[in-house]
Amino acid sequence: MATAQRVLAERPRRGRSALFGERAGSVLLLVPSAVLVGIFVYAFIGYTGFVSLTAWRGIVPDYTFVGLEQYRQLLELERFQADLSNTVRFTALFLTASIVLGFGAALLLDQRLRGTILFQNVFLFPLAISFVVTGTVWRWVFNPNYGINLLLERAGLGFLKSDWLTNVDTALYAVVIAAVWQMSGFCMAMFLAGLRSIPEELREAAQVDGATWLQTFRHIILPLLNPILLAAVIILGHISLKIFDLVFVMTFGGPGFATDMPGLHMFIATFRQNLYARGAAIATVLLLMVAVLIVPYLIWQQREERRA
Amino acid sequence: MSVAFAARRRRGVRPGRAVLYVLLLAVAVFYLLPVYVVVVTSLKSFIEVSNSTPWDLPRLPNLDAYAAAFDRLRLAFFNSVLLVVPGTMLSALLGSLNGYVLSKWRFPGSNLVFTLLLFGMFIPYQSVLIPVVTVLQAIGLYGGIPGLVLVHVVYGIPITTLIFRNYYAAVPTELVEAARVDGSSILGIYRHIMLPLSIPAFVVVLIWQFTSIWNEFLFAVTIASDPDQQPITVALQGLAGSLLAQYQIQMAGALLTALPPAIIYVALGRYFIRGLLAGALKG
Repeated sequence: MATAQRVLAERPRRGRSALFGERAGSVLLLVPSAVLVGIFVYAFIGYTGFVSLTAWRGIVPDYTFVGLEQYRQLLELERFQADLSNTVRFTALFLTASIVLGFGAALLLDQRLRGTILFQNVFLFPLAISFVVTGTVWRWVFNPNYGINLLLERAGLGFLKSDWLTNVDTALYAVVIAAVWQMSGFCMAMFLAGLRSIPEELREAAQVDGATWLQTFRHIILPLLNPILLAAVIILGHISLKIFDLVFVMTFGGPGFATDMPGLHMFIATFRQNLYARGAAIATVLLLMVAVLIVPYLIWQQREERRA
Repeated sequence: MSVAFAARRRRGVRPGRAVLYVLLLAVAVFYLLPVYVVVVTSLKSFIEVSNSTPWDLPRLPNLDAYAAAFDRLRLAFFNSVLLVVPGTMLSALLGSLNGYVLSKWRFPGSNLVFTLLLFGMFIPYQSVLIPVVTVLQAIGLYGGIPGLVLVHVVYGIPITTLIFRNYYAAVPTELVEAARVDGSSILGIYRHIMLPLSIPAFVVVLIWQFTSIWNEFLFAVTIASDPDQQPITVALQGLAGSLLAQYQIQMAGALLTALPPAIIYVALGRYFIRGLLAGALKG
């Protein structure tokens, strides 16, 4: 009896110290990753922000402090103004087209037709392919002498012919089309997952209550897909802001600055023109644009999780 | 939100089905058009590529373009293999350890640590590119594959941690508790309980990292300054620059570059989609 009491009394104490040791051990496992990410993400972002406040140009670092001078110069720079307006236009077109196409494809695939899996795989495979491959192939498609122009002519749509990638007015659209080809499957996958998670009973109940297909769709299905739409906008939106590979391969920002983007401009300014401080300033602006989109989303996700 | 594309019972024949099929086919044509371009063009000779019927099937299909493309891309192809294998394995290992701690050994502030890790997944890498180059130069890893391995392992930590953490969250905590009462250490529980249960998560993560690292271009073009250590995406881009009108070789090269991720996608597409949706949906 006494022994038992002693054991019972001791147990929590031993448990606590063992627990403490275990906790410390578990945190130790996290240390390598935390240190690496701390340095490579947070310290490096800080260093880039610092470089953006200096006068560094040329390959030798120059840490002369110039305040926000680089940012002031950027805002006056024609190329950077083009970057910002191109990013806005590209993102708007890319998001709209990807969501419309992705949602349409998801609705079609949710009709449980024969061959659905095959079509689903066709819509998704571009996601596994490198933007560099996509750019290489679509560059040929938009070659005015070989590509889509000949098909348009054959189809009697010759009035749609264009020089595409070398025409200031159409180059951005061509890049958007290639980007939509690559990424719209992502929207499709998200909307399809959303549609299939809606219980069949819900649709049937609505129909029993006399709702038409369109009413069920508008008042039951669409509202339930709102969180998916938000996630799609945020994920595709931040990919779109960061676009680099595709423009590098298809147009290298040209003709003129017609398809130049902040991500590409940063690379060229820094590693081709050795304007390190300017490159750092562009990178910082780009990071802020992405953060405005992503940080509220991450906080919101955290809250949702805590609630669950 | 469940990510599984569960099949539902088939409904009866509907009048609109033909219309639906026509629409599906129209969308499919858009997605398959570049595939047609690659296959048809890469099987042609240079003379046939330059003629006025580039959309027609090859008259004399041959593999000469593939031989030429492989000859020029062989080195880069194996560079990419040397990059992808350690990059994928190491980031999967780190991600699984992190996911284990963050799901089963929560501590005060562990959610904050997780969110801070996660943010690294979304940053534009341009915002770290200057110090990455500086640091790699300082530690002698700038110029080729070893530096790229380090970079991909580090920037792979957020997504691999996310996938493993969400996966381990579904493993009953009682299993961990029971093993702890039996005196298993933290690493013992990881090795003998979590790891054997982790195969599906490892498949998702390995596929995801393999595809991402293989396809990556920004770090590759910035860090691989040594022409003999270029990954395949950089070499493909260089190929297009040096062989301007040789579209048959460019297309064969594009197909060679796309082949490894495409094979994985065909073989294990289900897991690929899970990785794809991991950042956006919980499941």
